[in-house]
Amino acid sequence: MWLFLLTEVMFFGGLFMSYLLMRNWYYPAFVAASHQLDVRWGTANTVTLILSSFTMAMGVWSAETRRKGLLVLFLSLTFALGLVFLGIKSIEYHEKWEKHHIPGIRYSTESFTNPASDPEVYKEYHDQALHGDMADKTEMYFFLYFAMTGMHALHMIIGIAILGYMIARARAGAYTTGHVTYVENFGLYWHFVDIIWIYLFALLYLISRH
Amino acid sequence: MSEANAQHEQEHHIVSPMTYVIILLVLLAGTALTVLASYFDLGETRLALGSLDTGFTLYWNPVVALAIATTKMLCVVLFFMHVKYSTKLTKLTVLSGLFTFLALIAMTLSDYVSRAWGRW
Repeated sequence: MWLFLLTEVMFFGGLFMSYLLMRNWYYPAFVAASHQLDVRWGTANTVTLILSSFTMAMGVWSAETRRKGLLVLFLSLTFALGLVFLGIKSIEYHEKWEKHHIPGIRYSTESFTNPASDPEVYKEYHDQALHGDMADKTEMYFFLYFAMTGMHALHMIIGIAILGYMIARARAGAYTTGHVTYVENFGLYWHFVDIIWIYLFALLYLISRH
Repeated sequence: MSEANAQHEQEHHIVSPMTYVIILLVLLAGTALTVLASYFDLGETRLALGSLDTGFTLYWNPVVALAIATTKMLCVVLFFMHVKYSTKLTKLTVLSGLFTFLALIAMTLSDYVSRAWGRW
């Protein structure tokens, strides 16, 4: 399982590397574009994922100590918190769609060439207008934003699907007979996805607020 | 057979729920701290390199955010993922992953930084 996670580190590592480089190259565009993210939603999602990691860890403990009822409960809580995370993420994605901030032919740099046109963000940050090329580079920020959070969300969806399967198996009494490897390995995967989000939250939401 | 099983049971360390609760609280506190820090401009430090007009500027906001994120990551890896209680082989595997990731970043960046060295 750890070897699989190492390949995942390399997979996400490439995305983190691109983000690091592009942010240094197109710094003003990345700062202005990241102001479009709402730190409150980001914080809510971070708390949700940390709680789900905790319930997952408790699930592993329930399996280890052969408590079937608790195992089902904690797996179900993890399942539910995962859905809450995806729900919040979809609210954020929807806002990007409405503001034409999804890279592609519908993409618009209006919020960045004329920041006052976006009063909600403008009153919080008072960004200067970006011109020409640099305003176009905000699309690169959103491309990486969707690539990174989208890939993370896909991992969440896969995780939630496996959790559903595990809940059904746990109800039938699997995992509480001393064979905990499956639950333990899934726990590692879930915690890994949590760690990726901890870094995404810091890099995408937090570091460009000043 | 039962003896072998007993031995196996001993090797498998079960982390107590109390530890998980403490780690949960640490993680939540770290989240609160990093969000709070993002509301302040933590300033910058100019690092000069030698007598030349070169050097770089260290902005503290990203440094603090990444330091807190790394602390949280270590809490998750060591306790939620049981690495603290795992075999040396597992520890080595995790460390090698971290090292390879840092090598990826360092080597790529050193290339980009040095491409146009002296031509500005």
